[in-house]
Amino acid sequence: MTIAHATTSRRSFLGHSYSVVGVVAALVILAWTLVAILAPYLIPHSIGDIVDDDYFGPMRQGLWLGSDYLGRDMLSRVLMGARYTVGISLAAVSIACFSGVVLGMIAAVTGGWLDTCLSRFLDAMNSIPSKLFGLVVVAAVGSSIPVLILTLAVIYIPGAYRFARALAVNINTMDFITVARVRGESTAYLIGSEILPNIIRPVLADFGLRFVFIVLLLSGLSFLGLGLQPPLADWGALVRENIGGLPFVAPAVIVPSLAIACLTISVNLLIDNLPQKIRDRDA
Amino acid sequence: MKSGVLNLVLKRLGIAAVTLLIVLFAVFFATSMLPGDTASILLGQAATPEAVAGLREAMHLNDPAILRFLLWLVGLVHGDLGTSYANEMPVAALIGGRLVNTMKLAGITTLLSVPLALTLGITAAMLRGSVYDRTVTILSIGIISVPEFMVATLAVLLFAVYLKWLPALSSVNEAHSLTDLVRIYAMPVITLTFVISAQMIRMTRAAVIETLSTPYVEMALLKGASRGRMVLRHALPNALGPIVNAVALSLSYLVGGVIIVETIFNYPGIAKLMVDAVATRDLPLIQSCAMIFCLGYLFLITAADVVAIMSNPRLR
Repeated sequence: MTIAHATTSRRSFLGHSYSVVGVVAALVILAWTLVAILAPYLIPHSIGDIVDDDYFGPMRQGLWLGSDYLGRDMLSRVLMGARYTVGISLAAVSIACFSGVVLGMIAAVTGGWLDTCLSRFLDAMNSIPSKLFGLVVVAAVGSSIPVLILTLAVIYIPGAYRFARALAVNINTMDFITVARVRGESTAYLIGSEILPNIIRPVLADFGLRFVFIVLLLSGLSFLGLGLQPPLADWGALVRENIGGLPFVAPAVIVPSLAIACLTISVNLLIDNLPQKIRDRDA
Repeated sequence: MKSGVLNLVLKRLGIAAVTLLIVLFAVFFATSMLPGDTASILLGQAATPEAVAGLREAMHLNDPAILRFLLWLVGLVHGDLGTSYANEMPVAALIGGRLVNTMKLAGITTLLSVPLALTLGITAAMLRGSVYDRTVTILSIGIISVPEFMVATLAVLLFAVYLKWLPALSSVNEAHSLTDLVRIYAMPVITLTFVISAQMIRMTRAAVIETLSTPYVEMALLKGASRGRMVLRHALPNALGPIVNAVALSLSYLVGGVIIVETIFNYPGIAKLMVDAVATRDLPLIQSCAMIFCLGYLFLITAADVVAIMSNPRLR
């Protein structure tokens, strides 16, 4: 902490010190969240309207990010794309982390055959490459928003489980858990009131990292044409439909990629710059 | 003591075998038991119920799932991967040549990225905190945090659009000379190398830094050993295990990368075959491709674990 105070790039707020990079990253994430929520009120043109005579138009006044392969306004499409990319990823990461963490804590507290079976099974699930898992599910049931959310969640449950279980196993050996057990508390009380408060901060940092993985996987699937189906388009799908503009260096193909990079790098930087106290695994 | 290592390795291999069975079952389950009747999909909307029922019978779709799973496994063991729905060719024939193409791509990428990543990772760890180290770290974090297709599009922009050195698309059949060959493989290999190396650099750097912080390296420093000698003679031999582990783990990212890269560059490999099969819902083909990828992935992560066990001096 003394080092943190010595450098000028850190400032103090609510008892924690934050680095400037972290604050900027947090602001970028906040901005994208607002865009995702407010997109319908922000877009200058309807996303289906063809507003440019030319396709893959350059950036100019009125069409700030150029036009796409049909001459539609790219700015509107990127803003609306934020809804799908951020929304689907957030829903998926919430389900994945909630299920993973609850299962992980239960496994750690209960132990025995439940722990063994669950760990073995989820480890096996973990050895299916994530993109491949997505491909197979989409092949089997087709692609829609609920399917995507559930698939992405299922893919990342094992990781969240493993992380939470490892943390919870450490806490489980502490004296206050033994005391609670002797008191005769239920498993629900143990995981909710004794374990969870002690692992919540690293779990939240893990939540952020997993969000990045999910954004990347969703974009990858959409880029392959297996994610969100037209006319809906998230950022990955925007890159896919405009990939023909690559030889013309059209903003239509570059901007959605940059949007993804901007979001994921911000989340990574925010987590890297969280105060050590929050980030630490064995906090 | 030696038997301890052997036991651990055998145990790990046993786990891998069980995992393989679960993964095979998951692939089979996902592709043949989820909603969507294969027979009616194949015959299209105009099919009569009788025709669908007949096809279901012919494809054994009415049998219990576990029986079909066992039949499928028996077929696998005999090298019978089934017949593609889309063009009625044996799956094995479709996959054969494509698999070789993908292995070539993966092989060339490995040959390039391993030395590159190790050099960058180790030197970054040696010069920890320097501008060089920070550049390497930031670049590798940057590459990890963006999707593979973005690395690919940037590579196309740089090498094919601005510099005009390389063609954007691959077509293996048109290769007549060595230069053609280089030009064809260049873009996919460059993209994959970036993606794989970034992971490897990070892991290698972390492994070497951890070794450098051990007391015996400090001892070497106090003895007056030069920085190079300290790293190469004292730290590196002990970091070798973790580094090989990092290499094997990073190579498993090839599986995901290759799916994107083959699609974007239209490279005739097995991943492209699988993505196309998904578009036509050609389930036997998807099952076989998925299985090959899972096998490769499982092999690499198991190898990483085995190396980690064998290189741990405390177990020797």
